[in-house]
Amino acid sequence: MNPAEAVSSHTIAVLVDNEPGILARVVGLFSGRGYNIESLTVAQTDARQNLSRITIVTSGTPMVIEQIKAQLDRLVPVHKVHDLTLEGPHIERELALVKVKGTGDKRVEALRLADVFRAKVIDAKTDSFVFEVTGTSDKVRTFVGLMESLGLVDVGRTGTVAMTRGGEAF
Amino acid sequence: MKPEESATTGADLLVKALIDEEVEVVFGYPGGAVLPIYDSLFKQNRLRHILVRHEQAAVHAAEGYARSTGKVGVVLVTSGPGATNAVTGLTDALMDSVPVVCLTGQVPTHLIGNDAFQEADTTGITRPCTKHNYLVKSVEALARTVHEAFYVARSGRPGPVVIDLPKDVLMNKHDYIAPKKPIEHKSYKPQTKPDPKRIEQAVELIAKAKRPVFYTGGGVVNAGPKASKLLTQFVHMTGYPITNTLMGLGTFPASDKQFLGMLGMHGTYEANLAMYHCDVLINIGARFDDRITGKLAEFSPKSTKIHVDIDGSSINKNVRVDLPIVGDAGQALEDMIKLWKAKQPRTDHKALKAWWAQIDEWRGRKCLAYKQGKETIKPQYALERLYHFIKDRDYYITTEVGQHQMWAAQFLKFEQPNRWMTSGGLGTMGYGFPAAMGVQIAHPDALVIDVAGEASIMMNIQELSTVAQYRLPVKIFILNNQYMGMVRQWQELLHGGRYSESYMESLPDFVRLAEAFGARGLRCHEPAKLDDTIKEMIAIKGPVIVDVGVDKAENCFPMIPSGAAHYDMLLGPDDRAAKPVSEEGMVLV
Repeated sequence: MNPAEAVSSHTIAVLVDNEPGILARVVGLFSGRGYNIESLTVAQTDARQNLSRITIVTSGTPMVIEQIKAQLDRLVPVHKVHDLTLEGPHIERELALVKVKGTGDKRVEALRLADVFRAKVIDAKTDSFVFEVTGTSDKVRTFVGLMESLGLVDVGRTGTVAMTRGGEAF
Repeated sequence: MKPEESATTGADLLVKALIDEEVEVVFGYPGGAVLPIYDSLFKQNRLRHILVRHEQAAVHAAEGYARSTGKVGVVLVTSGPGATNAVTGLTDALMDSVPVVCLTGQVPTHLIGNDAFQEADTTGITRPCTKHNYLVKSVEALARTVHEAFYVARSGRPGPVVIDLPKDVLMNKHDYIAPKKPIEHKSYKPQTKPDPKRIEQAVELIAKAKRPVFYTGGGVVNAGPKASKLLTQFVHMTGYPITNTLMGLGTFPASDKQFLGMLGMHGTYEANLAMYHCDVLINIGARFDDRITGKLAEFSPKSTKIHVDIDGSSINKNVRVDLPIVGDAGQALEDMIKLWKAKQPRTDHKALKAWWAQIDEWRGRKCLAYKQGKETIKPQYALERLYHFIKDRDYYITTEVGQHQMWAAQFLKFEQPNRWMTSGGLGTMGYGFPAAMGVQIAHPDALVIDVAGEASIMMNIQELSTVAQYRLPVKIFILNNQYMGMVRQWQELLHGGRYSESYMESLPDFVRLAEAFGARGLRCHEPAKLDDTIKEMIAIKGPVIVDVGVDKAENCFPMIPSGAAHYDMLLGPDDRAAKPVSEEGMVLV
């Protein structure tokens, strides 16, 4: 396939003013221009300067990804836009809470797999567990998949947060 | 003095802030939520308020004012319907990068979200159709927000900014603090100074070109009149051909022999073929709009493309370019001229001579030719005669949207920027008349003409009342073919001549309509009487509607049918059968 037409996934970190409507601006930009959002994570990260960091996982051709970044960059409350996928090595993590209900062998197997995935038990009843699992999206997805046959009741996922490796900001 | 005594209401504070921003005129319409502002306006005489008859017209008038002066246009409307009526104007200003600040009233903060009377989620509704918007939640933030809004509206790529003002914020009291200038915005700092390395690369590419063409647009207008002078200077220095977009008309003198006319869907044969065959394309302040490029896959396939734009998101959006330069058009031109002068490059005279010979051959096709008979007035002829009588005057032209707009772009000539106001990106019927009012307010003694169609003019015809109130001598020049001409043209070309709903039934008697509003009305159907009618229109001191009955069947050519490439132009009615529009093209607008 022509590399210009190949669709790839990019993780973009955006530093924005933590003000009402900022998330609507970003999400509206994506829906209005027909871009994908695979994952979106937002929270205030700098209380002193009142800034939030938005981590977006999106996909598109190189031209579309370039557009997404340029469009984000021209939003007035946006301070910085970083394409972590392009800018070099970075780490991505996601957290999930996974509720599993069951007794007997299934319960034991769930606990054993949780141990393999280094998931923590954060709530337990005699017939249920809530696991906290962190890792790449892929790992979280695999863990949730395994729990399906073991009494999976509910999943809550945070979406991806990401950061560059090394001492540089972003 | 105690602070309570010195404090002013939010509304008074707002007026002070507007005066500090050197605002002279506000276009608006009152209502419950903005009554405190109207009260403040009543108590002062620095700001002039122009009462329009519909909020959409207020925004278009502000656009006309802004585009003819380079200043920020200001709009004041009430909450709910006042704000929603302004949405079309705001979208228009966004698409055409016009600096506008629109103040909208809002229900008091404690009622927001309660479905209160005349409540609308104005910031929500206008988020996608403004460059930025604000909801002011406290009187403390009001003045700062106003100054920031003006900064955002006029900086970088200009655009509309909405400030939503809850009524309690307008009534609460606070001290006014004058703004620090220049404003230091914490996040919005558009790059105006281009990268010198890229300027150097650009100059090298331009100097080596064998078949170059300049393609310049509204960005040059927005960079100020100096940018147009620099553009003209640089184009003269190189000796290269230049074409303008619809928005860029006037940035290079139309009478100059290096000018190829407008390009695009209804652009000239020579401009479009130059775009197709060029080897170096120099885009300054244009955005490769679909009306310009035609079929993307075959757009200027042999050229190395340079693109100067102040908005990074305009670069590589539709067309991949080889040398992107983010920066102000005027600044980039200044830098290029400086370098060109320093380097004194030798251009390829032999190749350029051949290129100009080729261009002259294309010009020889006379793509704008039409046949004027004795019976009916051709719309092109009406505009040619209009131009003949205005060309030595200080004139400003606005248009509505449709065939008349394209003919006006083809047949009226502009020697300087800020003289041509038209709705390009959004294509808003009803734009021209209120825009002409705004232009006339800014230039009271100039000749301001709205070239209109009989369908478009009906969309904001209520503004005749505004024109009457302020005695604005705006001239409305209607090319009346009793059809929504462009719709009819597409139905003829694409839908087998089934003229579904494009015929204008029950049109008013425009002469008597003008008279009903205290304006003058003129009518002309015969070619022989056209000149006298135009002369009379110009001679009348007040507002005039001229109803020019034109050939109903005339189509606008040349035309690149949608989905076709630049070389695939229809040059006239006889050309049509040979080039049927593809299925693919029919889907496009």
